[in-house]
Amino acid sequence: MKYILMMTGTKADFDWYARWTKQDLEAQAAFMHAFNKELKDSGVLVSAEGLGFPDQARIVRAGSDGQPITDGVFPESKEFLAGYWIIDVESPERAYQIAARASAAPGPGGKASNMPIEVRPVMSGAPKQP
Amino acid sequence: MSRELLDASSDHLLRELAPQVLGAVVRRFHDFAAAEDAVQEALLAAAMQWPRDGLPDSPRGWLIQVAARRMTDYLRSEEARRRRETEAAAEAAHLAPDAGVVTEPGHDDTLTLFFMCCHPSLTPSSAIALTLRAVGGLTTAEIAHAFLVPEATMSQRISRAKASIKASSLPFQLPTAQERAQRLRTVLHVLYLIFNEGYTSSAGAQLQRLELSGEAIRLARSVHALLPDDAEAAGLLALMLLTDARRAARSGPDEELIPLTKQDRTRWDRAEISEGIALLTAALAKGSIGPYQLQAAIAAVHDEAPSAEQTDWPQILALYDLLKRTSENPMVLLNHAIAEAMVHGPVKGLELVAELDSDPRLAGHHRLDAVRAHLLEMAGDRAAALTHYRLAAGRTTSVPERNYLIAQAARLSGDTANKVQATRGADLTEHS
Repeated sequence: MKYILMMTGTKADFDWYARWTKQDLEAQAAFMHAFNKELKDSGVLVSAEGLGFPDQARIVRAGSDGQPITDGVFPESKEFLAGYWIIDVESPERAYQIAARASAAPGPGGKASNMPIEVRPVMSGAPKQP
Repeated sequence: MSRELLDASSDHLLRELAPQVLGAVVRRFHDFAAAEDAVQEALLAAAMQWPRDGLPDSPRGWLIQVAARRMTDYLRSEEARRRRETEAAAEAAHLAPDAGVVTEPGHDDTLTLFFMCCHPSLTPSSAIALTLRAVGGLTTAEIAHAFLVPEATMSQRISRAKASIKASSLPFQLPTAQERAQRLRTVLHVLYLIFNEGYTSSAGAQLQRLELSGEAIRLARSVHALLPDDAEAAGLLALMLLTDARRAARSGPDEELIPLTKQDRTRWDRAEISEGIALLTAALAKGSIGPYQLQAAIAAVHDEAPSAEQTDWPQILALYDLLKRTSENPMVLLNHAIAEAMVHGPVKGLELVAELDSDPRLAGHHRLDAVRAHLLEMAGDRAAALTHYRLAAGRTTSVPERNYLIAQAARLSGDTANKVQATRGADLTEHS
């Protein structure tokens, strides 16, 4: 069963992140690198991506002529996806454990950041019908 | 022979030969993990060379020879590495290939390989991947593609499975008489999971993945051929055939789910049904009835019904009564409730479903809501049925199933809206 683990944050969270020290960023990058490698080596990683900052986010709708109308000024409270993992594991409990590991990634001063990770099943297998 | 035909037939031949070749190489070198890699390399070499140069005189011998050469290279480099680490002497004797047991064409280790790959210490997904590769002869890329994960991830999953087997220091031999029944159950269960994976698809909008169900049927055929007297191995193959027979009728042009009652039965595969029924009849005659035979028997009753209305529900109910005693699966209890409803009416079915509410294995499972919705609709409580169809739609993780459940809800809400309007209309007429 595949699950997506989504790391989200508000514009304020991203701004805060942009002020981290070099040392803190390096500690976090090292954690993510090792974490992703571990997921791959244990045969569960389907994909993982980090996304651009909200500054580059645009909401696109089609106008009546089908052409894009973009919208790029977002309220501070809006949640943005920062990055995600898709994993293939045996149970939701396993997905939650892995999400907790990601949530414990080091923040400033090496303290666990405890960022929220949203876990949702990737639409997939129907139940077994005899 | 055209290039494609030769490709396809040598592909088929390679998959058939894979477990025999692997068995021979493991016997000779005693290292399952390394032998498995060597055989994969030999299979890849054959897939490149045979279509170009033609089939060798003895394809099996050719593959064993190439794999053995790879093994020897591997052991030499391992030995060199170990010597560098100054611990060569102790290992040298162990690594020396014991020549002689090479190509004994009558000997087939396929069954031993099934037991190795479906080792109880492995997680289901690891056992599935390893079985498809080591016994099925599929490449890692093919398996990764079937399960929609990257090849590197699948490769790691297989390596870890092999490492677990190595760590368990399981000898390459058939399980003992005491262990055998339990171990065979695990093998059959792994094949059942592969079939279901292909039949109901664990990935996105595609309802059925034919290659995986086809592979599961091929492997189940192989187990049945190796153990012709085992009634449950025959029962599993029969169940797969009797279920697979409905494949063409099971989804519409846009891959939408078509439930059993609405399927065009002329599209069911009669040859598969006949084969399944013949297998099942012979298995049941052996007198050791188990859950696969019972599930196959239920599938057979459906397959033999000329129309949904003519389904022999009392017989299905009797079979579920038996199945309930042999299986711990809560889905069996849910299906039993449906059969009760079909024989004794929806109220009886709803009572049984209510008993299942407290089963933690079914708590929050969409199928409980879907069955309840269906039975409520049968009982005439459309508003409650609508609620439960919507609950089920929110809880399923299959796109085709979600679409089906939303459509059921839409059908009822449309009906309800129309009825309310009709009633209002009548009210207005009366009052005016």
